[in-house]
Amino acid sequence: MAETVSIPISKIRRTRPTPKGRPVDPAARADIAALIEGVPREREYLIENLHRIQDKFGHLSAAHLNALSEAMRLAQTEVYEVATFYHHFDVVKEGEAAPPAVTVRVCETLSCAMAGARDLLEKLPALVGPNVRVLAAPCIGRCAEAPAVCVGQNAFGHAKLQEVAKCATEAKVKPRHHEPHALADYVSQGGYKTFAECAGGKRDVESVIKVMEDAGLRGLGGAGFPAGRKWRIVRAEPGPRLMAVNIDEGEPGTFKDRHYLERDPHRFLEGMLIAAWVCDIKDIFVYLRDEYHACREMLEREVAALIANPPAELPRIHLRRGAGAYICGEESAMIESIEGRRGMPRLRPPYVAQVGLFGRPTLEHNMETLFWVRDLIEQGPQWFSKHGRNGRKGLRSFSVSGRVKKPGVHLAPAGITVKELIAEYCGGMCEGHEFYAYLPGGASGGILPASMGDIPLDFDTLQPYGCFIGSAAVIILSKHDKARDAAQNLMEFFEHESCGQCTPCRSGTAKAAQLMRAPKWDRALLEELSVAMADASICGLGQAAPNPIRTVIQHFSDEV
Amino acid sequence: MKMNEPVGQTETIDFKLNGETISAFAGETIIQAAARHGVDIPHLCYKEGYRPDGNCRACMVEIKGERVLAPSCCRAPAANMDVQSNNARALASQKMVVELLLNDVTVDEDLKPGANELTYWAEKLGVKQGRLPRREGWAPDVSHPAMDVNLDACIQCTRCVRACREEQVNDVIGYAFRGLDSKIVFDMDDPMGASTCVACGECVQACPTGALAPAKKAYQVVTDKKVDSVCPYCGVGCQLTYHVTDNKIVRVEGKDGPANHERLCVKGRFGFDYVHHPHRLTKPLIRKPGVAKTADFKVDPDNWREVFREATWEEALDFAANGLKKIRDRDGPNALAGFGSAKGSNEEAYLFQKLVRTGFGTNNVDHCTRLCHASSVAALLEGVGSGAVSNQVSDVVDKADVIFVIGSNPTSNHPVAATWMKNAAKRGAKLIVADPRRNELSRYTWQYLQFKADMDVAMLNAMLYTIIEENLYDKEFVRQRTSNFEALRENVKGYSPEAMAPICGIPAQTLREVARTFATSKGSMILWGMGISQHVHGTDNARCLIALSLITGQIGRPGTGLHPLRGQNNVQGASDAGLIPMMYPDYQRVDNPEAIARFEKFWNQKLDHNPGLTVVEIMDAACDGKIKGMYVEGENPAMSDPNANHAREGLASLEHLVVQDIFLTETAYLADVVLPASAWPEKTGTVTNTDRIVQLGRRALDMPGDARQDLWIIQEIGKRLGCKWSYTGPESGVAQVYEEMRQAMNSIGGISWKRLEEQSAVTYPCRTEDDPGQSVVFTENFPTADGRGKLVPADLIPANERPDAEYPFVLITGRQLEHWHTGSMTRRASVLDAIEPQAVGSVHPLDLDAIGALPGDTITVASRRGRIALVARADEGTPRGSIFIPFAFYEAAANELTNAALDPFGKIAELKYCAVKISKGGEVKPLATYGGGQSYDEPRKKALGVAD
Repeated sequence: MAETVSIPISKIRRTRPTPKGRPVDPAARADIAALIEGVPREREYLIENLHRIQDKFGHLSAAHLNALSEAMRLAQTEVYEVATFYHHFDVVKEGEAAPPAVTVRVCETLSCAMAGARDLLEKLPALVGPNVRVLAAPCIGRCAEAPAVCVGQNAFGHAKLQEVAKCATEAKVKPRHHEPHALADYVSQGGYKTFAECAGGKRDVESVIKVMEDAGLRGLGGAGFPAGRKWRIVRAEPGPRLMAVNIDEGEPGTFKDRHYLERDPHRFLEGMLIAAWVCDIKDIFVYLRDEYHACREMLEREVAALIANPPAELPRIHLRRGAGAYICGEESAMIESIEGRRGMPRLRPPYVAQVGLFGRPTLEHNMETLFWVRDLIEQGPQWFSKHGRNGRKGLRSFSVSGRVKKPGVHLAPAGITVKELIAEYCGGMCEGHEFYAYLPGGASGGILPASMGDIPLDFDTLQPYGCFIGSAAVIILSKHDKARDAAQNLMEFFEHESCGQCTPCRSGTAKAAQLMRAPKWDRALLEELSVAMADASICGLGQAAPNPIRTVIQHFSDEV
Repeated sequence: MKMNEPVGQTETIDFKLNGETISAFAGETIIQAAARHGVDIPHLCYKEGYRPDGNCRACMVEIKGERVLAPSCCRAPAANMDVQSNNARALASQKMVVELLLNDVTVDEDLKPGANELTYWAEKLGVKQGRLPRREGWAPDVSHPAMDVNLDACIQCTRCVRACREEQVNDVIGYAFRGLDSKIVFDMDDPMGASTCVACGECVQACPTGALAPAKKAYQVVTDKKVDSVCPYCGVGCQLTYHVTDNKIVRVEGKDGPANHERLCVKGRFGFDYVHHPHRLTKPLIRKPGVAKTADFKVDPDNWREVFREATWEEALDFAANGLKKIRDRDGPNALAGFGSAKGSNEEAYLFQKLVRTGFGTNNVDHCTRLCHASSVAALLEGVGSGAVSNQVSDVVDKADVIFVIGSNPTSNHPVAATWMKNAAKRGAKLIVADPRRNELSRYTWQYLQFKADMDVAMLNAMLYTIIEENLYDKEFVRQRTSNFEALRENVKGYSPEAMAPICGIPAQTLREVARTFATSKGSMILWGMGISQHVHGTDNARCLIALSLITGQIGRPGTGLHPLRGQNNVQGASDAGLIPMMYPDYQRVDNPEAIARFEKFWNQKLDHNPGLTVVEIMDAACDGKIKGMYVEGENPAMSDPNANHAREGLASLEHLVVQDIFLTETAYLADVVLPASAWPEKTGTVTNTDRIVQLGRRALDMPGDARQDLWIIQEIGKRLGCKWSYTGPESGVAQVYEEMRQAMNSIGGISWKRLEEQSAVTYPCRTEDDPGQSVVFTENFPTADGRGKLVPADLIPANERPDAEYPFVLITGRQLEHWHTGSMTRRASVLDAIEPQAVGSVHPLDLDAIGALPGDTITVASRRGRIALVARADEGTPRGSIFIPFAFYEAAANELTNAALDPFGKIAELKYCAVKISKGGEVKPLATYGGGQSYDEPRKKALGVAD
């Protein structure tokens, strides 16, 4: 047609050589095809598949993510937004450098911070060189052995600088092997007999629920909802019903679930199976935090052994791996994560018992709650409820850390005071330390002064003081510590772990952390902010995040 | 999605709001009930019509007895609930939330002045910035031609995420990272312009703060009027609102029309500035003496003076009419022909065909429907007695359980219709897409049937076979409402899925499963496009689809039926209005004595009783010298017709060609006289969408220079040809033309002009003024002679030109998302031109590799009829052994290659299939003064009156 060009070629936009957006790289497509061959491709397996890529390649390249999205029939952004949500995934875009092969995560949350995590974080990089990445990490559940680190998947406490450096440079990244109370031993000591009796019709559902109710066992994840009542509620919902087990033990200072799981996994599994039987549940999802690599290996092994030798017909047991997100310990966030999504809590109502996992009525339990089920049934409710002190009933597993001689999990009567706990169970304060303050319930439960060390520790006893017991993670501060430093540490933890969904938490935790850095706090403004966070946040994280601020203002006003 | 208010909602719940008892409808949230009672609770992440997400927490209320506050956008009131939305506790949270968000807006200027919801609520609540520390800012992203991203104004409300993922379902926008780092991203945090974004702009429309805004600060322009109209592009018929300043369209927003509920696509939302392009014709032009008309002319609308001279309207109209009159009087009426346009209004179509029939005296009137759904219409008229759709697209949303889309790429061609299909798939409906090219719908499908091109009948007959063999057909329906079933049963006996699998390329088991699912669902609906119709066996393809619906009884109810998706905004209406050679308005045949009597009386004139010639036949007749004069209104056959060189020869050989258009199109280049006409926003008129909804477009702009409204021009030509017309009133007498047309068309008898002015949209058939219009037809019977649906067997007819050793590839033509029809408008729309600036041929990467070419290389594509060079695009969705080329590019006109072989019934050309060869290299024809992305910057800025 035209012989003349009216415009210079340079002004013409060149068209795209491929359709819009990033094309799938054939090599990456082949990698992914090999990696997920035979693996289910439903949305719920997204996080599992991201783990496969991260484990194999050490990071998630954009090319691999794109190929995965194609293979799973997801949009690129659906994969990307999930991958970038979890701390343990390293997304590497085109032109960016991949992280070194070895990563050392140094826990910097309160107990570890008090035990010198900062020192490790400052000095490690120079010792390990550029081929090892050193990251500060939120609580990894080894507070009794503070400071704790995780070299690759190798987690350990009492971390010494040189030892960590050696471990990292020698790439000792495998989880340490655990030899728990294995299936055969457990069975030989009467294990799974109760479950078999239930499944075999020798026990009736009503009597089992009654035991739970009579014992007064309450949810030990922190919320304290009576277990028996929960079973009744879920049982009454239309089927199919599902079960979700929460072992995303992330509340700073808490390590009891790991403690029990490492030692006696089948006791927990039997409790889980009984609960599923009570509620006529055919699918159980067990969500284990990623930091517990050794537990994961062990649990996979023991569940496989159980399936190979079932004491009765088993429901399907699905193990799911977290990926580094405290918020996924929140019941609805965990459900989102099991479904392969960002761990953002859901609005309630509807409650999980009605509309939970995959939209089905869901029985959700903390691991430890299930751990006690067998003993309660076999030994009767009195065995549990006869314990107790200061007018309270039952037993509590206290995860104690901080400035005490014998930190660790201490099974003690509910209602014990912190002073009693330190004296009777923890061997007293560390040498040279004098009791100053304590956190009765992890990061969210507030901070109390030593002068208030005679309050019984249990559900419902601490509310009048602006605190709660939660998962019974007790952190002891001494006169070497400051409550405001602890509060700052915790607020930074919350800022880091906020899912980013709702304004009061996403923005509020960040603003609070910044305001708290001022030598003299703007108490009025912090209180205003605290009120909005507590009143308007979607979930417990944001609602409880101001507790450290408010309790410090209330009980340690001279510090701020 | 925004939907009309529930009708007859009576169940109510009484609850207390701020001390007063109010009642809520069942299903309503507190915020909705409050708003209905005049209490406006602050809100940001909540947008009426979207799924409430409850993330911003600005709408918190106190509910007596609850520990914490509740988001009123997500909570339903319960009986006797005591809700406080304005007490101290609720206000404290509302204010703090707004303060937190406002505090972190770090842009200096308001990015959405006058409509910024954050600043609105901040002012209302008396909240200011300054008390709190600020977050770090983000870098702005101006990589996209249509939209700017400025996350410094983002409040993470995720309305854009819901817009992109839940409304339009393009799945580009994500909410990535965590906590304070949480960020709105495109794909994998890519620049918007480099992402898979299709620029529907729903996110911009949804954004409350202007963090996502139309590019180049269009929000900063104060608009002086808003005019409601209809989108000028495809047949979906989206309603929109033009925002106008100083006679310029500044921006476009989606309106809550029945077909789109505020949704638009890139063309509708961002493709409007063609109307302000410097190439607009503003004066009548007459061909200079001695400038020859040849098929290989030069296109350069900037230098039109080489071919034309300016003329006055009086001179041009006389010249145009006299040329036609001379031929009519000398050679007889049948030496003349007229092409109207599916891009014009119903009134223009009606008047144009009336002009040809009464002024010219011939039935030689047609338009691009011939190249579009002529075969579908032929099969539908034969089978079910009506060429229009039986059910509306919106039926897919909540009525159909199975949605069978075949030969259609709706994400490109009917983007908003595609969004409803994706919504349906997300709610669990089974979406089945059958197309040789894998398109963007594939990710949402239950089954994607990537069958071999041309093998439609084999595949569909195998489905019919299965349904009959497995006894899954609806015996009652077949017995009571169809005819000729035995013939169909006999015919499909040779088409078992097992026998057809190797022929159509779909496994027999899949064919059976799809057939079973289609037959047995509660509601199965078929939607199709030009992949069905543009074959020599297009009518047969459509017959098979009709048979599928009829034997399964999947027709005549909501969520079932037959829906050929119409390509242009008024292709339904233009055909309805009689802009086709064999029918008067309302499909009354020109050889039917009753119809002849009716129209001879109505128009008070003797009429030709023989059907006229169709588009391709007219071009052939022009080449043969039988057609000597033509009047082309708003069509571009030099680009759109198959074997375009042949069509151009036909046009060039005409003695007298009158072209009426807004640009100097390729067709206009061959004209003797060019009449500058009105763009869609410059006129008032009705258009009828694919759903049979008649919609009113209102004039938003004055015409440039001395351009005139099309309706006025047609009347002036008519008067000069002896028509005694007198249409008075505003907008060239459009209301009077409409009311005359209504008298000729029983189907729209109940849709008065006044009603359209009030309601903007009414579905036909609509017989009386109080008839709401029938969205579903054929509920009781079919408008055929015996009231039954006729089953017509079809056999395998191969494409007219199959690949061979010399021409081993198959050429598939069609459209792409950004460019519409022959590109005359869209290539002059700066955003669309910037996104798709050049002609491209999509080829499978392995085929590209086989010819030694890389993605982006120039390739040459040749057929027995022509040869073009263009850029190769590696596209895995294109099947091996084929190439897809959109026909919108004058520098590489796909129709120079296509085959004009016709379907014998619909007279539609085989635009979806011809043999070509592909080689690496070649020289891309130089661009003239539009296309190539060149219009993007300066003219656009000028057009908007905005400095960069």
